[in-house]
Amino acid sequence: MVTEPLPQKPDIAHVRSSTGVIRESPGYRVFRVANAIALLLVCAVTLYPFVNLVAKSFSSEGHIAAGEVNLVPRGFNLDTFRVVLADDLFWTNYANTFLYTVVGTVIAMAITSTYAYALSKPHLKGRAFFVGIAVFTMFFGGGLIPNYILIASYLGWRNSIWAVVVPGALSVFNLLVMKAFFENFPTELEEAAAIDGLSTYGVFFRIVLPLSKAVLATMTLFYAVGLWNSWFSAFLYMDDKSLFPVTVYLRNLIAAATGSQDIAEGGEAVQVAANIQAVTMLLTVLPIICLYPFIQRYFVSGVMLGSVKG
Amino acid sequence: MTQSVASQRMPGSDPPSAGEAEVSPIRSMMRHRSRPGPRPRARRTWRRAIARDWRLYTFLVVPFVFLLVFKYIPMLGNVIAFRRFRPGGSIFGDEWVGFYYFQAFITNQQFWNVFWNTAILGGLTLLVTFPLPIVLALMLNELRSRRFKRIVQTISYLPHFMSIVIVAGLVLQLTALDGTVNQVVAAMGADPVPFMQRPEWFRTIYVSSEVWQTVGWGTILYLAALTTIDDQLYEAARVDGAGRWRQTWHITLPGIRPTMMVLLILNIGSFMSVGFEKVLLLQNPLVYSTGDVIATYLYRVGIQSAQFSYGTAIGLFEAVIGLVLVLFANGLSRRMVGTSLW
Repeated sequence: MVTEPLPQKPDIAHVRSSTGVIRESPGYRVFRVANAIALLLVCAVTLYPFVNLVAKSFSSEGHIAAGEVNLVPRGFNLDTFRVVLADDLFWTNYANTFLYTVVGTVIAMAITSTYAYALSKPHLKGRAFFVGIAVFTMFFGGGLIPNYILIASYLGWRNSIWAVVVPGALSVFNLLVMKAFFENFPTELEEAAAIDGLSTYGVFFRIVLPLSKAVLATMTLFYAVGLWNSWFSAFLYMDDKSLFPVTVYLRNLIAAATGSQDIAEGGEAVQVAANIQAVTMLLTVLPIICLYPFIQRYFVSGVMLGSVKG
Repeated sequence: MTQSVASQRMPGSDPPSAGEAEVSPIRSMMRHRSRPGPRPRARRTWRRAIARDWRLYTFLVVPFVFLLVFKYIPMLGNVIAFRRFRPGGSIFGDEWVGFYYFQAFITNQQFWNVFWNTAILGGLTLLVTFPLPIVLALMLNELRSRRFKRIVQTISYLPHFMSIVIVAGLVLQLTALDGTVNQVVAAMGADPVPFMQRPEWFRTIYVSSEVWQTVGWGTILYLAALTTIDDQLYEAARVDGAGRWRQTWHITLPGIRPTMMVLLILNIGSFMSVGFEKVLLLQNPLVYSTGDVIATYLYRVGIQSAQFSYGTAIGLFEAVIGLVLVLFANGLSRRMVGTSLW
């Protein structure tokens, strides 16, 4: 599955050589081969950690500890998967990740799309102010501790799903992308709908949203992947293990294995074998890797939408 | 600076100009900053605006409250850097103590240690991860096979989608004593190195992981900019006898310069806030001498040791540095090359 990542136009290299004004010099031919090899190396280096992860997942602990596992599994077995999948906490945390991602994405999309739509109307009085207060937060904000005090003490969201899904619900970048999209929405359609008796709400929910599926899908993916991958807010605000997302489960596993912080803090000093870590990591990234080829182009188009239009 | 930015964003400041819809969000970020429009008859027109658009204004209510509660209250909460905060007391602190907490960290040797660590780590990251996407984009641009190009792109974007926890986990596995890196070391006849326990390796490992995760994705904007360069420029250059290197130097690079400047400014603004989450996941007490940065230090003293006011003072100091750096880089860029965020 190869995706279409960029608006294509004839390759410059191709155009340049096909005009025939300059014939390919030997030097350039050497460059092209070297370039292709270098890019293959880039791919190899990018993929290697994942290949290694898969190899370790199917290897025995002994072979990993002996430093024998690189590209292919040694001492092939599926026991590690059985051990990890038998852990109820892993499943609970995996389900939590799923729940947080869905709830967080819904909240974020509701806030972002309504705000972006209102801000996309040039005649809206005070529009510059409302855009400004959002944009300003990109450059300056409350630090870690004021946020912590607000959420943990003031709102009392310790061990609450809200601490994970609410504070990040408005990404200014996504807001601006969506606003730009709505600004280019054909006004005639909205006017026609208004003449037919739809109120602003009707126009938004029945005309604008159904016709904005592309940008909505992109933004949904932006938020969903961000939430799926997030760990810090749960790490910060939760201490009830059964509420952790799987990223925090994984973080605790790795921290215990490498003896970093938890041990320094006198926490659980259980050594977790490298193969268990590998399987847990693999299972955590699996949904993203499987979906990746299909969602990648939405991301690319989202970034392009957000930056190249001007 | 902060004050003036905020005060210029008054309601009803300026009607958006024509063609504004075409402006990119990156530019529209700051578009609204410097036009303190006149506002005559403000009250009467406001009443009319609300009468006409009240449904649109209802769309603004929830996001506006959200911004106030989750962005602006914490922003004002920074005031506890100057006020003593008591657990259970007011979120904005109880009594003024002036610059007490600032003096506390400025006279603390450990703070300066993490300060320089941050500057070095951020500087190295910027130095390495800023130019590499440009190089990679230029390399991709020279490919003739569009299929190959797409495959390389698809693969090199992949790490961007990984959770930082996964990236840290991969790094720790690869650099472990039984990891691949040490097997390469052993193959070259050297003794295995416990990399994550050696302070002298922390920066290398951190920057390498940043390169792995960000360089591919970083090419997107450059590749987009490359497609906008007019082919006629290349033809003209060829007629004038320019070879490929000179075409790259005189046409391609100037063509993507605005993109480079915008990204450079944004990178400079964030360079003191080096990937906090990744550093937190990668570091351990053995490598604090190089691997401890302001943000992780702040996390330990502020959250784990519950010194809220002291931590806030450090955080505010860092945020102000970031803001000053952006403004400085932006001003410099506008003066030198005529490109700026606003």
